[in-house]
Amino acid sequence: MNVIDQGIGKIFTDPDADKARAFFRTKSRKLESKVMSVKEAVEKFVHDGDYLTLGGFGANRVPIAVAHEIVRQGRKNMGFAGHTSTHDFQILCAGEVFNKLDVAYIVGLEARGLSPNARRYMESGKVEVSEWTNYSLSVRFKAAAAGVSFYPSRNIMGTDTFKYSGAKIIECPFTGTKYAAMPALYPDVSAIHVHESDIYGNCRARGITVSDFDVARASKHLIITCERLISNDEIRRDPSYTVIPYWCVDAVCQVPYGSYPGNMYAEYFSDEEHIREWMKVEEDPVEFKKFLEKNIYSCKDHFEYIEKNGGIHKMLKLRDKEFMFVKARD
Amino acid sequence: MADYNTMELMICTASRELEDGASIVVGTGAPNAAAMLAQKAHSPNLVILFEAGGAAPLIPEMPISVGDSRTTWKALMASGMCEIMETCCRGMIDYTFLGGAQIDMYGNLNSTRIGPDHQKPKVRFPGSGGANDLASFCWRMLVMTPQDSKRFAEKCQFITTPGWLTGGDSRAKSGLPRGAGPYKIITNMAVMDFEPESKRMRIIGVNPGYSEKDVQDNCGFELLKEKKIVENKPPTAKELSILREQIDPYRYVIGR
Repeated sequence: MNVIDQGIGKIFTDPDADKARAFFRTKSRKLESKVMSVKEAVEKFVHDGDYLTLGGFGANRVPIAVAHEIVRQGRKNMGFAGHTSTHDFQILCAGEVFNKLDVAYIVGLEARGLSPNARRYMESGKVEVSEWTNYSLSVRFKAAAAGVSFYPSRNIMGTDTFKYSGAKIIECPFTGTKYAAMPALYPDVSAIHVHESDIYGNCRARGITVSDFDVARASKHLIITCERLISNDEIRRDPSYTVIPYWCVDAVCQVPYGSYPGNMYAEYFSDEEHIREWMKVEEDPVEFKKFLEKNIYSCKDHFEYIEKNGGIHKMLKLRDKEFMFVKARD
Repeated sequence: MADYNTMELMICTASRELEDGASIVVGTGAPNAAAMLAQKAHSPNLVILFEAGGAAPLIPEMPISVGDSRTTWKALMASGMCEIMETCCRGMIDYTFLGGAQIDMYGNLNSTRIGPDHQKPKVRFPGSGGANDLASFCWRMLVMTPQDSKRFAEKCQFITTPGWLTGGDSRAKSGLPRGAGPYKIITNMAVMDFEPESKRMRIIGVNPGYSEKDVQDNCGFELLKEKKIVENKPPTAKELSILREQIDPYRYVIGR
């Protein structure tokens, strides 16, 4: 197939589908309990230099407990998929966890503004970046989940986003139409927060799905955090609700309020007050260091973090917001 | 005539572009307010979608994130990013609203960086997010932005999101879906479209209180002018009351 044009951005992961198949051949299919703490899961499955993906959408159904633990354990030199990463991006920047980055959306927190510390990190020259778009990264995961090495898409062509990406422009063998070929992205490890899982890793999730079901299947290792563990009988009672099967999963961690301070559909709204405080304190590096000491480094786990920021009273207030008993910005 | 500020004017002007029965993908903030206003004022069957997966919600209050629970409140579907973007790529979405730090005469947008060194930019912005995808796929791209000669730049330092690229038939040749592209630019001063042959930005209407000269003086490149430039209509009392009382009672967007 002729390559008409190609971007100069680096591809940080190998798109070779046969190499991925060889890996997946070795992955366990045993129906066995994978329940462990977030600490154990990160120790076991997240390594310096690995390529990481976090599920959800920035501050919605995000695996915050895993992001904090990665920073707490001091992981470095990782690759990361900035696939509308917002508050999760802030956390990883605080720990300077990654130095290779696929960008779709970074640095900003949507309507809340830009993160001062994430900007400092991205303007420091310490991070090697390739540019993509939200859909481009979505189809890169989709290709990997399908076990193929690329996916054709009709975006990105003609722009600098293409120029600084690792995509290539090819011609359709049937119609002659130009397409951007997006290389499959197989992350070494991903973490996804869901509503419910059994001890084996069969998962249920509600609300928007973003790219999580493809990310789950594309990843070599997968850590699931869940609001609640449910029985395997419940999964088997109606398998139509299962969105991620256990054979994709390496670790299952029960973390109620695991997306806090992010939003969790039909559970709790985002803690806008806390996110505002986080953005504000980032303006002063000295204050920010103290803030991180309090909220990440000195915390044993996610519950201690929640306790320090309002505990169960705050969680109930966020539940009221989620169900519109009170307005989101009240 | 009711008193109003420039944000209210832009939102009301933008909302009138969205006809009943059309479909649109929007973000947070002013574009969201414009889509909600259209739905409440004159286009009850406007289909509103969000790139993270929310489809046709009855939006109860303005979302903070395009993935938060308000984007699926009483919605018809909670789906994913591929579902929404592929609906756009199939040709079913009429409009999208975008913005950026810079816009050039062909409607190309920069939301990636300022400064020449890509690996060490002077200012790093979020990047494309879904903007490049939506501008590539949706039939008509609208931009709502305050106007000044820094933002309306001779040349974008980085083209994050495609407008008409270098004008003429350059966009069609690039491989992007044919027939889609920038449609109208709505600012505090004017409404612009794109001249059909050259694809250069062109003034078609000026807002009350501004002249053609004001519009040109606050633009970093030469604007074309439609033969007959109209004076845009100010917001109506009905639009303002819906906007202020139902959509943005706390003035998060209209208070800016």
